[in-house]
Amino acid sequence: GCFVFKPSPKKRRVSQKTGNDFQERNNDSEDTELRFVTCQSLWNQIKLETEQIQEDLNKQLFDNLISFLRQSHSEFQEKTTEWTCQMKSREIPTAALVLGVNVPDHDLTFRSVSEVLQNNITPYIALLEAKDCPGIKNLMQKLMGQLMDCYIEEDSLEDEDCVQVSQKRISCSMTSLINWYESVTKKTDKTPSKKRTSTSRHWQSPPVVVIFKDMESFITKVLQDFIVISSQHIHELPLVLIFGIATSPMIIHSLLPHSVSSLLCIELFQSLSCKEHLSTVIDKLLLTAQFPFKLGEKVLQVLINIFLYHDFSVQNFIKGFQLCVVEHFYSQPLSVLCCQLVDAKNRVNSLSHDQCENVRRLPSFRRYVESQASEKQVALLTADNFLKEIIQKLLEDLHVYHENYVSVLRCLHVFTSSLPKYPLGKQIRELYCACLENQVWETEEYESSLQLARMLNKSDLVTMLQQCVEIFVSSSGKEFDKTVEKLKEFLTQFQKLEEAFQEQDVSVSSQKDLQKKTDLYHLQKTLLELKESRRSKKLTKFEKLRFEVVDYIDSLVRNYLVPADHKTLHEIFYFNSASVLREHLNAAPRIALHTALNNPYCYLKNQALKSDGGSISNKAPDICIVYKLHLECGRLINLVDWLEAFSTVVTAVEGPNADAASSDQVDDIIHARFIRAVSELELLGFIKPSKQKTDHVARLTWGGC
Amino acid sequence: MPNLEHPAYPSATLLHLESLVPCRESQVSMLLSIFGERQQFSFPSIFIYGHTSSGKTYVMQTLLNTLQLPHVFVNCVEYFTSRLLLEEILIQLQSCSSETEQTSHVPCDTFNDFVRLFKHAVASQELQDQTLYIVLDRAEQLREMEANILPAFLRLQELTDRNVTVVLLSEIVWELCRPNTGCFEPFTLYFPDYSIGHLQKILSQNHPPEYSADFYAAYINILLGVFYMVCRDLKELQHLAALNFAKYCEPVVRGEANERDTRKLWKNIEPHLKKAMQTVYLREISSSQWERLQRDNGEPGQLKGLSAHTHVELPYYSKFLLIAAYLASYNPVRTDKRFFLKHHGKIRKTNFMKKHEKTSNHLLGPKPFPLDRLLAILYSIVDKRVAPTANIFSQITSLVTLQLLSMVGHNDQLDGPRYKCTVSLDFIRAIAR
Repeated sequence: GCFVFKPSPKKRRVSQKTGNDFQERNNDSEDTELRFVTCQSLWNQIKLETEQIQEDLNKQLFDNLISFLRQSHSEFQEKTTEWTCQMKSREIPTAALVLGVNVPDHDLTFRSVSEVLQNNITPYIALLEAKDCPGIKNLMQKLMGQLMDCYIEEDSLEDEDCVQVSQKRISCSMTSLINWYESVTKKTDKTPSKKRTSTSRHWQSPPVVVIFKDMESFITKVLQDFIVISSQHIHELPLVLIFGIATSPMIIHSLLPHSVSSLLCIELFQSLSCKEHLSTVIDKLLLTAQFPFKLGEKVLQVLINIFLYHDFSVQNFIKGFQLCVVEHFYSQPLSVLCCQLVDAKNRVNSLSHDQCENVRRLPSFRRYVESQASEKQVALLTADNFLKEIIQKLLEDLHVYHENYVSVLRCLHVFTSSLPKYPLGKQIRELYCACLENQVWETEEYESSLQLARMLNKSDLVTMLQQCVEIFVSSSGKEFDKTVEKLKEFLTQFQKLEEAFQEQDVSVSSQKDLQKKTDLYHLQKTLLELKESRRSKKLTKFEKLRFEVVDYIDSLVRNYLVPADHKTLHEIFYFNSASVLREHLNAAPRIALHTALNNPYCYLKNQALKSDGGSISNKAPDICIVYKLHLECGRLINLVDWLEAFSTVVTAVEGPNADAASSDQVDDIIHARFIRAVSELELLGFIKPSKQKTDHVARLTWGGC
Repeated sequence: MPNLEHPAYPSATLLHLESLVPCRESQVSMLLSIFGERQQFSFPSIFIYGHTSSGKTYVMQTLLNTLQLPHVFVNCVEYFTSRLLLEEILIQLQSCSSETEQTSHVPCDTFNDFVRLFKHAVASQELQDQTLYIVLDRAEQLREMEANILPAFLRLQELTDRNVTVVLLSEIVWELCRPNTGCFEPFTLYFPDYSIGHLQKILSQNHPPEYSADFYAAYINILLGVFYMVCRDLKELQHLAALNFAKYCEPVVRGEANERDTRKLWKNIEPHLKKAMQTVYLREISSSQWERLQRDNGEPGQLKGLSAHTHVELPYYSKFLLIAAYLASYNPVRTDKRFFLKHHGKIRKTNFMKKHEKTSNHLLGPKPFPLDRLLAILYSIVDKRVAPTANIFSQITSLVTLQLLSMVGHNDQLDGPRYKCTVSLDFIRAIAR
């Protein structure tokens, strides 16, 4: 038994009802329609962006794959008669595609793989999944079905009848596949004019690509048989296999014996690691001023935790992000302003009075009001027009803040990511979370990273400064001209320092003295002296400069990396209800089941069920009563005792007078109710019939949840 | 070596046949004497067995083709159901006869139908006065089909009352094939493995046209010296020979050595072949990659083999789940309390180690454990509190599909599923780091 949490306003449903869901709650003019439209357009943008990211990241892999496929059957194309080619046994070209354990993402990858191949190499692609192929027969059926279908797609309707004939006699053997392939390729040969498009893209005899989506789950025998069979016909049917591997390529050797793997010519292709993928996604979706919607610290943490702790799936991360978007626009009436700055300013002007009240109710806005002078306070709280002006100003502030934030964050990341032990995290996402959470400069980690930064050597420091300059130059923020200047000044100073240093030449180092004195006593003495001198010694120029640089970075951080929840009106852009998200994405079925049975009020919202402590109410559904009673029992439960307890509870409050009449004999109806409740519990997996004792059942769960 | 002799066939053909099947003369002459003359009835069924690539299929094919005997050749792996197999035989039979026009596809579901259709097919052509041979390659697969198929094939001659001989080719001995219910005993013939001399002779036969036979024979000699210890598969050796020959020729092509300079050539090729044994032969890197490497004169070290990529990145909790599963698989249940409880009381050392447990648990292999135990260990090895969310449970399932865990027995889910951990200690060490 498992409770499925249905994310409330899921995209598909919303689009059908065109925003009606958004209206459900408040019927007033909270711009529901507009919010819905904004949400959709924003999501579409984000979706496009993520698809673009995916495509870019996979490009390298796909290019390699395509070139491999092009090469793989070049011999088949040319029909070479060279000696080596004759002598060599023909192996089946096989691409082992290592995709990582993030299985939910594979579907998308395979879809794009087959799309790319279809466009570049061959129209004949079959995607096989282990669950469809319990036997070689099913595998062949599936394979032929897919191949012949794709042929229909490729061709127009005129050939349909001949294909149907071949499908009717489902003799799913390799021979019929070969016949099919011959007929198809011959046809393209004969009528090149009709099919110019396909022949120009593909060769005369394009290879047949068979993709095994989840290699690990395939039954070994099926796979072996298929490989053996197809290797016998490789001369007639140019087959290419693609193995989708989630773990490591070792699995090929453990699944296939040498006699079979020697029939394959396996090349390895590795996809990008999912962590890098996630970094890029976060980089492009969150660390940018392009999208107005932002995630709060807790929410981002929940999403990242689900990714790192549970599934490694970028698709699920994006789904979670989508849920955040929808939830934000659904629950926050002011999210109508969560759009590009120009639109937002226009929309502010047309805000209704209710919406203005909503703004006034925002905690961050109230803080802002309190910090203002008293007459201004009055104006803010009473005059809508004045309020709107202020909102516009504040929105602009926020926009500028976001633009600057990203650049400074990246700049800080340049520094922290090269420190030993990474006190502020190696990845920028960790730094981002830390900065979102609270004022980062007050944390210990920040303190220690500054300490470490003060010990950086010069070459590192210079390269970092250069990187920072690049970041600021390319950033969209307008305030950074001065910063860039300042950083460049630092760089020139370092340059000068270097020149000065070279002129100065290495002064007589005390090291030389050390080497001369071999006497232990003298050595100790000099060492002590050295220590003294070093302590009292003034900082060198370089050290001074280094301090300056670090202090400057520190000032930048303090200026620009103020946490978002200190900003007025941040509620408009930031989605912060992590608990909602956790409830939806990280479901705990057993806990939910326990709450439902233990405290039915929680879900049923029936006033009569409001429980008062430990007692068992007879108003609760039967299964709840049975469940509560069974919690009090040990490993084995006596059914008769249980029934008696049940009937006591059920009849108890109906009146003590009726009690006497039915004390001995349990009512048939109550008996039936009991049996039904018990079998429901069994269905939910709490109990099972026991063989140890008759008329006993065994408990399967322990503890509160 | 006995020359092939048979009164029924012209001696030129026999000579040609002999040249095609080196080192298998005795088997061929035996077969020929069993077959007899074209019109004579032969033994109803012949069972030929021998190790992988001992020439069973090749010899049968060449024999039947050179002597132009009417035959049907079917691979039982390829035609995996009895229906497909029988239909394929009938289709090939149709194409055997030149006179009859290609009739449409006839469904043949049972052996009874097969016998009827077979009689029809044989009667309608000139096959009547010749023995027809039906060769079933990989005949051990017949055991997996319906129980009547193998016995029926063995006495096909009797069932159809036609001049037909069924030849079964298999890699296993007849005793393992024989059905328990008993059947007609076929004539069994054993093809022994090729000896090193045989391999040398066969491999040297197909030398490339540009080089002399002696030169190639010397190469084969070196090749066998390296590979004979690990591989006696003729096909594989031929493949390897073709792959590495270019490298062997290199000094000759460059003019550094002549064809007779065996020692120099040997020095050049030997380390190369050893490397090939560790890589290409095991299919760690593919043959095409190997060829590319040869062409670019690169070191094989640049290319990582398949086994080099052992590292698997797993989500945080999956790692812990797997470690917990490993602990549950290799530790006895009694020790759980000691290892995973903070206050486990004192340990009585004398009683703790029983004698039979002194053998390492790793030698005994993983033991199954129930889900509850896995979760209990998980909770105790993870520092933080772990909520039993749906994500955790789904991770267990996905570990099963990734074959890192395996489910033991397919009992009802309510009975509490039991798992085994299938990964090695090295793997666990790697992820625990």
